[in-house]
Amino acid sequence: MRLEVEITGKTFKSAAGGTHEVLAPVRFTLQSGEVGVLIGPSGCGKSTLLRIILGLDHEFQGRIIRPPEARIGMVFQEPRLLPWRSVEQNVRLAAPDVTDKKLAELFRILELEAHRSHFPGELSLGLARRVALARAFAVEPDLLVLDEPLASLDDALAGRLRDEIATLVARRPVMTLLVTHSLDDAVRLGDRLFFLSPRPAHILAEVPIGIPREARDDAAIAAIKAGLARQAQGEQGAERSGRDVS
Amino acid sequence: MLRLLSFALFLATWWIAALFVGGAKLPSPPAVLQVMIAEASTGALFLHLGATLARVALAFVLAMSLGSAIGYLMGRVKLADRLGDPWLILLLNLPALVVIVLAYIWAGLTEAAAIAAIAINKLPTAIVTLREGTRALDRSLDEMASVFAMPRWRAFRHVVLPQLAPYIAASARSGLSLVWKIVLVAELLGRPNGVGFEIGVAFQLFDTPRLLAYSLTFAAVVLVIETLLVQPFEARATRWRPRAA
Repeated sequence: MRLEVEITGKTFKSAAGGTHEVLAPVRFTLQSGEVGVLIGPSGCGKSTLLRIILGLDHEFQGRIIRPPEARIGMVFQEPRLLPWRSVEQNVRLAAPDVTDKKLAELFRILELEAHRSHFPGELSLGLARRVALARAFAVEPDLLVLDEPLASLDDALAGRLRDEIATLVARRPVMTLLVTHSLDDAVRLGDRLFFLSPRPAHILAEVPIGIPREARDDAAIAAIKAGLARQAQGEQGAERSGRDVS
Repeated sequence: MLRLLSFALFLATWWIAALFVGGAKLPSPPAVLQVMIAEASTGALFLHLGATLARVALAFVLAMSLGSAIGYLMGRVKLADRLGDPWLILLLNLPALVVIVLAYIWAGLTEAAAIAAIAINKLPTAIVTLREGTRALDRSLDEMASVFAMPRWRAFRHVVLPQLAPYIAASARSGLSLVWKIVLVAELLGRPNGVGFEIGVAFQLFDTPRLLAYSLTFAAVVLVIETLLVQPFEARATRWRPRAA
């Protein structure tokens, strides 16, 4: 299974009547079992790009090729849970075929067992994020899209959730697309990094990471990051990149 | 407890007022109760009450289901909203009496004409409330349902309907009181039974105890419906909300 993104452009009309270019040509492909990471400054059009890939926005030039039978699991920036349904119902409504065993395992990994019957309004943001993750994984997606799933969480929790995402992604072959502005998350989770320019977004650089995810220890990650920083400095004369090397 | 106290205060005020005004204009609570018991023992009270209740139920269900469907459509589809809006404004401003009289002239003094006329009076307010509710739907949850490929019915039941529930409850509550007020007018003008008919008779005889006996019994029935049906529905629909302190 493979996802092909061939967007040639996307503009939108503002209320004042002007037209704004949101996306310049963006082309990339993603294979099963691969984690692609989109990194770019805030407001560069990442969310628009995701909406197009997910089929929520049809007004663009170009095409998206994804197998029609591909199941999508999505973690939105804000959890988007149904406030009037319990945690368990939220997951089951999105994934009606999930078995009790699989659900119990997901809840165990994400430490949600105690919250099964709680309503989302009773959860902290960190917990709600985990429910959103459980929902996305419960559908056994072929395409998993994570839109800044770790933003505004404290470092310790973000680190643990990142490990959990890595564990879950390793379980079955899935095309994963992660949007983040944290280089650390990108380097720890990604197989290929796509650096996006400021609006209108286009891909500045595509960087594959050769070391398998399990083998990346802290030293390896620091080395990859240093390499990326050198590369960015070398390019700076040629192109003023808006990349956020945080 | 507080409700009971409030009710006792109402009875006391009534009783004192009756003492001042005199029994012919405002009979005291026991006098009205006596008439209620007398009417109940002949069965007439239940007959008229039943007839009115059946009309209320039919007209209410008709107006609510049709109004909810149209309101939802107008909230979702811009074209429907544009086309429907002038009709809606016309219906909203049409006096109940005009609708009832016209219905009786066009369709005769029939049960169908009465129920249709009552339903038409409630219809526009149900549409307006549900249209507002539909406009306030959370788009981000619609997107979530669409990304996770939820089948239409499941998305409607679990994503849309819970958001509309408070609007449906509000519309039901205001609708119940509106419908039962209009039902009486329709009965007064062209039905041979029902609380409205009895009130017409009482009016011709200036029989205030009878008038109060019928209207208060019916008000009590509406109160029971509100407490036993509308309020539990509302409580169920909003049980996920963290309770206010």
